[in-house]
Amino acid sequence: MNMRAEIQRTPAEAAIVDAFGERLSLLPGDGAVMVKRDDAIEQIKAGLPTRRVESWHYTDLRRLLASVPAFDASAEAKPIAALLEGSTLLSIVNGVSAATPSVDGVTFQRLGDKLVDGSYAPALVTYGSDDAVGALNTAFVADGYFVDIEAGTQLEKPIELQNVQAGGQSHVRLPVRVGAGAKATIVERQTGEGAGLASSVSQLLLGDDAEVLWLIVQDQPETATHLAQFKAELGKNAKLTLFVMNAGGKLVRQEVIVKAAGEGADFKLRGVNLLSGESHVDVTMVLDHTVPHTSSTEVVRNVVTGRAKGVFQGRINVHQIAQKTDARMACNTLLLSDDGEFSTKPELEIFADDVACGHGATVTEIDRNHLFYLMARGVDEKTARGLLVRAFLAEVIEELEDETVVEPLEELLSNWFATHG
Amino acid sequence: MLEIKNLHARIAESGTEIIRGLNLTVKAGEVAAIMGPNGSGKSTLSYILAGRDDYEVTEGDILYNGESILEMDPAERAAKGLFLAFQYPMEIPGVATMEFLKVAMNSQRKARGEEPLKVPDFIKRVKEAAGTLEMDFNMLKRPVNVGFSGGEKKRAEILQMKLLEPKLCVLDETDSGLDIDALKIVSDGVNALRSPDRAIIVITHYQRLLDHIVPDTVHVLYKGQVIKSGDKSLALELEENGYAGIIEEAA
Ligand SMILES: Nc1ncnc2c1ncn2[C@@H]1O[C@H](COP(=O)(O)OP(=O)(O)O)[C@@H](O)[C@H]1O
Ligand SMILES: [Mg+2]
Repeated sequence: MNMRAEIQRTPAEAAIVDAFGERLSLLPGDGAVMVKRDDAIEQIKAGLPTRRVESWHYTDLRRLLASVPAFDASAEAKPIAALLEGSTLLSIVNGVSAATPSVDGVTFQRLGDKLVDGSYAPALVTYGSDDAVGALNTAFVADGYFVDIEAGTQLEKPIELQNVQAGGQSHVRLPVRVGAGAKATIVERQTGEGAGLASSVSQLLLGDDAEVLWLIVQDQPETATHLAQFKAELGKNAKLTLFVMNAGGKLVRQEVIVKAAGEGADFKLRGVNLLSGESHVDVTMVLDHTVPHTSSTEVVRNVVTGRAKGVFQGRINVHQIAQKTDARMACNTLLLSDDGEFSTKPELEIFADDVACGHGATVTEIDRNHLFYLMARGVDEKTARGLLVRAFLAEVIEELEDETVVEPLEELLSNWFATHG
Repeated sequence: MLEIKNLHARIAESGTEIIRGLNLTVKAGEVAAIMGPNGSGKSTLSYILAGRDDYEVTEGDILYNGESILEMDPAERAAKGLFLAFQYPMEIPGVATMEFLKVAMNSQRKARGEEPLKVPDFIKRVKEAAGTLEMDFNMLKRPVNVGFSGGEKKRAEILQMKLLEPKLCVLDETDSGLDIDALKIVSDGVNALRSPDRAIIVITHYQRLLDHIVPDTVHVLYKGQVIKSGDKSLALELEENGYAGIIEEAA
């Protein structure tokens, strides 16, 4: 620790530490929150993780985070239309929440209030010394929404938690508690304009028999840095489908940390990463199967163009007592340019002996035979390639089945191809 | 309509020559059968006509309506009216058949300067064509050829041919994998396309198909060359005596 503390700070590290000194008086929180913030900034002072830290091997944050923008109170961002029709929309604009709506069976609170009264302090935990995203967020988090869905509530309308930023910095948290047997669709929208730095931590607690579809849709501008964490814990027979779409950002790290902690729990991760330009997009998952009879599947599909670099790390820990775990992971990449890159690192740590676990990863180019077949029917090369790339991704999206979800996501896909294809 | 002159072609990757000085002329309105033992280069010829870039033409030319097509990519050739019904149609996961048909039809219309089809008109055409081929319309909601049986794939090829209304149709062993009823349906489908301004090349192993699609000319392909041409009686002769005699005669 002492040794690390003496390292020469990078401009980004120095900017973060200085910003903390300047912001401190403005950050909400009682004594307990402030203690957490102090611990967190100490962690940052010890240096951002480098490639020598295993979980950051492919994303050397210290090197890649070249600069950090100052907080910008004058930045003007505007909420955008919700992704899914009829959603209850809660926006955070430049890091600041707004008055909350009222929905039967749901309690919304502004997170700033829960920091001020200290009731949120116990939840401000990092998972270890390599949790740079958690530390940065804990140090600076100022707002967000707390959502509490009562047991048994069957939410008809989706809830969209929208984080819009226009340059500067924002640090938000989105804790959501879903009571036993409740059912909901939640959209986490991460968007904005300008060369901002955003950190966002979502914490989902899923009660027994609860069922949630959670969509993370990130389409930050290609100059933005986006550091995000999604943490979830699943109760007995709880079902969580997490769909992640990354369609923007310059430097993106999306961590997914899930615990299948109740028997019968099922977790699905479906990911679509659209990489272009000079972007670096990292999705890192750590999934723990801690009890017997839980299941999980992860399917991640990536399209890489330009000089972009992508990373998927998937670590599945099957604990010793977690017999009958069924876990499957697949990561498939379509490399559309010679200069693009994608690194996949699956890791299975299995301590139980009666389990079914597997993983597979492929990196391919467009199938020439498929291309020939389409062209032989008169489809020009560009259109044919577009069809094949979209088909590769559509398989993951269409699995969501619900048309009201599939269609808007496919539209986002079309928009991306219209500008990057 | 089609003139193949002293065509030599090899596999691009290995350089192995497959087509070795092939000559063939097919006129508008003609149905030409190409027969020949396995491995003689029939499918290779069909791929070269369609423009597959696994093959390199090293000598000779292919003229379509008097114009060389060697420099055209497969889509351009298709838009000009060339169609290949594949011996082994490809499965394309994730691309719905209906979507594929619509894109293909409208791409060709666009290349010819025509308006895209309106959706109801498109669906009506597909339903009609599928009906005459006794295909289940629901099958077309599935991805292209995925999970289709061998026979269903062949029917799907003919369905595409009917919808795209090409001028030069090349059918590569469309009869293989079809039972006798299906063979009849598919042959009727092909015969319905016979017209004075359209040429059809039927590649087959067996006389069987030629009972249903009666050819005007028959050509025997062997080791990358047409070694004998004749009328439909040549096919019957082959059925009787096999290829050995003709091969010897040519040698
Ligand atoms: N892409 C290819 N790669 C390797 N060999 C090929 C390829 N295409 C054709 N051939 C070879 O060329 C010869 C002719 O094949 P093909 O045209 O399929 O014959 P046919 O259709 O008459 O049975 C065969 O020996 C075949 O193995
Ligand atoms: Mg063949």
